[in-house]
Amino acid sequence: MQSLIACHECDLIQRLPHIHDAGTVQCIRCGAVLHQKKRNSIERTLALTVAGLILFSLANSFPFLAFKLEAQVRQTTLLTGIKELHAQQMPELAVIVLLTTVLVPLGQMLCMLYILLPLKFNIVPLGLPRVFRWVRHLQPWSMMEVFMLGILVSVVKLAKMAKIVPGIALFSFLALIFVLAAMSASLDSHLVWEKWEEKR
Amino acid sequence: MNHALKTARNQGLISCHSCHLLCRRGDAGAVMTCPRCGTRLHSRKPNSIHRTWALVLAAMIFYIPANVLPITTVISLGKGQSDTIMSGVIYFIYSGMWPIALVIFVASVFVPLLKLILLCFLLITVQRKSMWRQKDRTRLYRITEIIGRWSMVDIFVVTILVALVNLGALASIQAGPGAVFFCAVVIITMFAAMSFDPRLIWDTEESIDE
Repeated sequence: MQSLIACHECDLIQRLPHIHDAGTVQCIRCGAVLHQKKRNSIERTLALTVAGLILFSLANSFPFLAFKLEAQVRQTTLLTGIKELHAQQMPELAVIVLLTTVLVPLGQMLCMLYILLPLKFNIVPLGLPRVFRWVRHLQPWSMMEVFMLGILVSVVKLAKMAKIVPGIALFSFLALIFVLAAMSASLDSHLVWEKWEEKR
Repeated sequence: MNHALKTARNQGLISCHSCHLLCRRGDAGAVMTCPRCGTRLHSRKPNSIHRTWALVLAAMIFYIPANVLPITTVISLGKGQSDTIMSGVIYFIYSGMWPIALVIFVASVFVPLLKLILLCFLLITVQRKSMWRQKDRTRLYRITEIIGRWSMVDIFVVTILVALVNLGALASIQAGPGAVFFCAVVIITMFAAMSFDPRLIWDTEESIDE
């Protein structure tokens, strides 16, 4: 029963082969990824989470773009854009942008830290299943990389109108999207569940 | 060929959607939770087809005001000019910035439409219990799940423009009502893709009543 698994996309029952080192198992019928095993998954994901949190605080405390038109200069951080939307009677948009670019990525990293840091020292954190479920539910709503594309488009759009100066936060954003992608890719969820079952 | 294949459902098992543990199915109607992680168990996502249809139709309705109403208004030296998604794309083409025009067109017009069409197609084929190219249809589902988020790019562009171009009477940009509807379309289609259960594509031999 332990090594049997039903594919989450087509429900086919199959035996999950044991992976020694690192690799990916795909469903034999529909090709869905069933298990992804990485070397030192917990340590690696934990390191990326910490790096992500540092980059996140940088990205949110410095302006990412400055806009120069004649004598006027305007700098913007992520939060000023959200405040401006709110001031323009667009509270719905302000909330969505705040969630997808600030709160969800932050929440996801904090949840990861909460799970992985104790697991690293062989302690199972309280309420692991619930917090781990949150991580999975938050995943699609973290849109840092989409926001980065948005920055690129706006820069090109405004380049004719005024001088655009990139700020420190822009480079933190760029690094952050790679770190976040690597963080999700290096997490071996089967390993987390195995540890939870062992220690319970 | 499908008769020989064992699925969790026809073996009386349920795969936990959170931790993927195979659990034995209890009595019909009873609320079951996963013994390992405590998540509520469902053999298939509940009311998947109805829920997805409802969300797809809602998104289609919102798609109209999203494209007709302006998403931004540029106020420059007292004169205001409103732009819808399409007029923004056309402006970029005329000013020679076709790569940006392409990005905006793909993210804001093509992807939401493609997603709605794909979901309709998947829903109809599932309801007809079609056995046609199940593997490819599962792949189509995966695509709809991945591409949806990229449509948010226009909303983020509006946010950045609004924050940066705010120089009082000289030049300022305001967000328009179209942006709210467009944002709703993106979010509703994301929920629609999440509520669709790809296992229904493979359930051709069994009834799809859940």
